[in-house]
Amino acid sequence: MNDMIRPEQIAQPPVTAPEPMLVIDHVTKRFETPDGPVVAVDNISLTVGRGEFVSIIGPSGCGKSTLFNLVGGLLSISDGTIRIDGEAINGPHKSIGMVFQEDATFPWRTVIDNVAFPLELQGMAKGERLERARHFVSLVGLHGFEKRYPAELSGGMRQRVSIARTLAAEPKLLLMDEPFAALDEQTRLLLGDKVLQIQQELNQTVLLITHNITEAVQLSDRVLIMTYRPGRTKRIALIELPRPRTSEMLSSDTFGRYVAEVWADLREEASRGMQDAERGSR
Amino acid sequence: MSTVARDPFLRRWAPELTGAAVIICGFLLIELLVRTAILNPYVVPRPSDVLLAFERIVVEEQILSRFLVTAAEAGTAAVLVALIGIPLGTLLQGVPLLRKATETWIAGMAAAPIVLIYPLFLVIFGRSPWTIIAIAVLAGLPPVAMLTLEGLSAVRPALVDTGRSFRLSRWQMFWKIMFPAALPSIFSGLRIGLIFALINVVGVEFLINFGGLGPLINELAERYDMPGTYAAICFVVFVSIIVFVVMERLEKWLRPVR
Ligand SMILES: Nc1ncnc2c1ncn2[C@@H]1O[C@H](COP(=O)(O)OP(=O)(O)O)[C@@H](O)[C@H]1O
Ligand SMILES: [Mg+2]
Repeated sequence: MNDMIRPEQIAQPPVTAPEPMLVIDHVTKRFETPDGPVVAVDNISLTVGRGEFVSIIGPSGCGKSTLFNLVGGLLSISDGTIRIDGEAINGPHKSIGMVFQEDATFPWRTVIDNVAFPLELQGMAKGERLERARHFVSLVGLHGFEKRYPAELSGGMRQRVSIARTLAAEPKLLLMDEPFAALDEQTRLLLGDKVLQIQQELNQTVLLITHNITEAVQLSDRVLIMTYRPGRTKRIALIELPRPRTSEMLSSDTFGRYVAEVWADLREEASRGMQDAERGSR
Repeated sequence: MSTVARDPFLRRWAPELTGAAVIICGFLLIELLVRTAILNPYVVPRPSDVLLAFERIVVEEQILSRFLVTAAEAGTAAVLVALIGIPLGTLLQGVPLLRKATETWIAGMAAAPIVLIYPLFLVIFGRSPWTIIAIAVLAGLPPVAMLTLEGLSAVRPALVDTGRSFRLSRWQMFWKIMFPAALPSIFSGLRIGLIFALINVVGVEFLINFGGLGPLINELAERYDMPGTYAAICFVVFVSIIVFVVMERLEKWLRPVR
């Protein structure tokens, strides 16, 4: 445990991890295109334990969003199964909450009404749901902005509204697809801290999709590194930094070593992705 | 320019004041051209006479009660345009085949002078308000249906995915996401559709000499009451502008921020 770097492949959660919340079992996704089938996700397996924070990292176009949509039940699986609490999914599962990469706030609703949306669907009485929504608005640090419309907020604030809205549904498993990708570095770091704090408070299970190494190391218990085309598992890295974590750890040596370690694996894939982009091929 | 920039009152109202100044200058110019007989005074009355004729058409020709007749026809047409156009646009969005089959047609209809088929409706409904309303509805429908279709088609995928992830039913997906997301576009459609309907109401009234303001313009013209005729036309233009402005205000009020 003292030696923080584990060079060997670690495919399983730590022995102390509780029973798995999410099981991705040999999942493959093929898209039928006019140029023939495209394999976006190839035979990926991953187990996420309750309360665990797992990231999936890979270069752009490697199939991360596809995997996100498969777990969220928005895309059909070509091969394999995904189970949540032992139940094979077939469409959006009630235990899952999703945060999308693009701005998904409802522009016609105020912040508070955006966040109260899932509670409204549950048929909660108005007074009660506004009170609950106010709690989640404060949780993401937007107290005082309840009556504003998304158009009046910055990108980072809108993303926080999306997160609060998803949290308000109290999903057992929080799925996020590059939620901070469109944000500047400072906002991204602070929002990462916020998400960690909330994750601890609510004891949330989180699966985060990212292409940002610092973010993956800062937040995760484990990081799955994906290969580029087809999207396979390259390695699953265990990040044994103490918790609670904050962005202040970024300057520590151990942190730096983890980042270097993940980058070593990712580098080859990223450069393949870049060559692909330069060749302009699909 | 610098005084305009400094005085907050002038700065606030500068566009409106400029607009009013342009209209007044136009009036004065026409007045001058008519008085100097450069414009034939038998064809174009003096703007000052037109202004004076307003009192006459209000008191003697009951333009206000005639206006209410026209407004009732236009109002009925407007309600029908919304009640038919929005579901029609929604249907086209939901059934791609239907959309591909009819989209070009409907867009074409928006550009066509629909008023020309008034004889058909005259045969069906006779000289009644329904002939007027039918043509107005037909004229107002295409923009409403097209912009409803466009608005619904342009809803961002992230919003639809959000709805799916919250496991909305089809009904909830429409009313809680698709419809409100498309509302700005639907509103533009309604604004254009209602103006088209209003134009056609007055136009058909004029053609079949039945109803409110249209026949009034006919009568005044037949009496060679040129100032009265132009005053009535100005009144119609004025009402159209007010309808347009009110719709715009309503739209802003309904969606406070964009
Ligand atoms: N609906 C689709 N049809 C065909 N190909 C797709 C579709 N969605 C994604 N792909 C392909 O799958 C690959 C992975 O895409 P994606 O999951 O969006 O990558 P990432 O999120 O990692 O950037 C890409 O090559 C992309 O072109
Ligand atoms: Mg992506």
